[in-house]
Amino acid sequence: MTYLRRRLLFYLIAFWASITLNFLIPRLMPGNAAEDLMMRMHGKVSPYALKALESEFGLAQHTSLLTQYGQYLVALAHGNFGVSITYFPTPVIVVIEQALPWTLGLIGVATVISFALGTLIGIWVAWHRASRWDRFTVPAAMFTSAFPYFWLALIFLYVFGFLFHWFPLAQAYSSSLPPALTVPSIIDIVYHAILPAFTIVIASLGGWILSMRNNMIPSLQEDYIQLARAAGIKDRIIMYQYAARNALLPNLTGFAMALGFIVAGAILTEIVFSYPGLGFLLFQAASNQDYPLLQALLLIISVAVLLANLIVDLLYGRLDPRANRSGG
Amino acid sequence: MTETTDIPGNDLELLRTMRSRNNQSWHAFIRNRTGMTGMLIFLLFVALAILAPWIAPGNPSAITMNILIPPNSHYLLGTTAEGQSVLMQTIWGTRSTLLVGLSAGALATLLSIIIGVGGAYSGGLVDDVATLFSNIFIVIPGIPLMIVLTTYLHHAGVGAMILVIAFTGWPFGARVLRSQTLSLRSRDFVRAARLSGEGTWGVVRRELFPNMLSLIIANLLGTIMYAIGAEVSLQFLGLGNINTVSWGTMLYWASNYQALLNGAWWWIIPPGVCIGLIGGALALVNRSIDEISNPQLAMSGRSKKRRLRRKLA
Repeated sequence: MTYLRRRLLFYLIAFWASITLNFLIPRLMPGNAAEDLMMRMHGKVSPYALKALESEFGLAQHTSLLTQYGQYLVALAHGNFGVSITYFPTPVIVVIEQALPWTLGLIGVATVISFALGTLIGIWVAWHRASRWDRFTVPAAMFTSAFPYFWLALIFLYVFGFLFHWFPLAQAYSSSLPPALTVPSIIDIVYHAILPAFTIVIASLGGWILSMRNNMIPSLQEDYIQLARAAGIKDRIIMYQYAARNALLPNLTGFAMALGFIVAGAILTEIVFSYPGLGFLLFQAASNQDYPLLQALLLIISVAVLLANLIVDLLYGRLDPRANRSGG
Repeated sequence: MTETTDIPGNDLELLRTMRSRNNQSWHAFIRNRTGMTGMLIFLLFVALAILAPWIAPGNPSAITMNILIPPNSHYLLGTTAEGQSVLMQTIWGTRSTLLVGLSAGALATLLSIIIGVGGAYSGGLVDDVATLFSNIFIVIPGIPLMIVLTTYLHHAGVGAMILVIAFTGWPFGARVLRSQTLSLRSRDFVRAARLSGEGTWGVVRRELFPNMLSLIIANLLGTIMYAIGAEVSLQFLGLGNINTVSWGTMLYWASNYQALLNGAWWWIIPPGVCIGLIGGALALVNRSIDEISNPQLAMSGRSKKRRLRRKLA
């Protein structure tokens, strides 16, 4: 099997696994969360909606687990995640559709900035290893990545929002200026996104710096680097085009692990800033025990992370021809 | 069962050098300033957790009339909106955070060892399934899963929290330990021990573990860091027991009472700084382990440079 096919097969299995996990969690957890929910919804919902909730949580005892699984898959295929309790009677899928762009924009931009910046700094300190800058950067990177994202968010919010009044304290746009594709609205949205994005960049930067430095140092010891030096090639070219190119590949494979942490941190950052994305929605769903919304969010976030990993893997296959050959 | 002395002299020699190298690593660690600094900071927090009733006697949740008092000579770190001493809560909070962090970290590492080492050592289908499982759990994001699980548990207690964190914290370690096991499994001394009739458990215990110890410890420290971060996050969201005193619940109450908008920075700073210090300390220890097993990464590149210069000359 080629690299590409193997990876695609893996992501298909992982996709199936996260769907199935999502199906099993409400049925395996102790307690009767779903029954509590039904009690709360009684009288507020039409009998038809109650029936739908029932089948969603496997309360209808007369159907076997396998039948329930089948019904669950059919509902998923139709994009039917049930009705949100928090935003009753809005369907879960509509609630999620409204939040998704905010999260994608915030995490996407912040992750790209953090990866690019961290990689560049990592290259630079590896090149100037044991210099004063290196001695400062390594411990600094270790300590900044040790702080929880949400705590940094609280501090930045206090300093730059509350004390200095540089940035807004919450939300993704001014209530007087609904989001639209106009210049003032876009400026307003960017202005609201700066502080949360800054938090995510600062909190995740250290990890990229350290891993790039660790990959870059062995790559600087390679014979071809010494040859290039002996040949009198400019430092800048050796640094970026010879060493960094090869050191970047292992950094990409660490992406899966890192992305999980960034998503986790970004969720908590959104909550601190009341940023109307998936993380804030997840928090609301958890606080209100809105199980349909909660489950759908878990699934959407898992699938989004899977897709991001798939893209990185495809990119890796492009960048490193060896990946396609090995294990063929 | 045959003893290890039966293995050919050559391998015995190798075994001895590997064991003594382990010993040397230990000495190298004690001499390593980075690692010892980290270790000392970490042990300081462990001592704080154990000695809390003696250092800060009394009930850390006791409500008083002295609300939101900035740090002064009586309340060194000020008070909360319910008049509790922030210093006292920070000291007592160390207990629950470390308890969950250490237990969940240890449990997750145990799972990593069973799945990673067990899978790789068994090989074949068992290994394939174990690897697939680890890889799937690596890409499923942990915090959302934990939030969903703890919501179903309704204010999860300490035990439930430990289980939930361990359940999401094992896959990366399993992957790392698996690849180390695979490379050790094909070494001569392990093969020799197996051929000499040593049982599976004997080989794993006597031949594999001594050579994986530094990796297992590094993985344990990393997992403890992850577990502390997860515990604090879940408590901050109010998904654990909000009436216990921990760093996470301190931050939960602080944001519930809008501490920052009331200017009560002293309520927010201490728990965060403590988390950062523990995380940084564990990272320092891990780094020194890294440096000892992979000297290239060390900060003092001087000897290396000299060698390089000699080579080029």
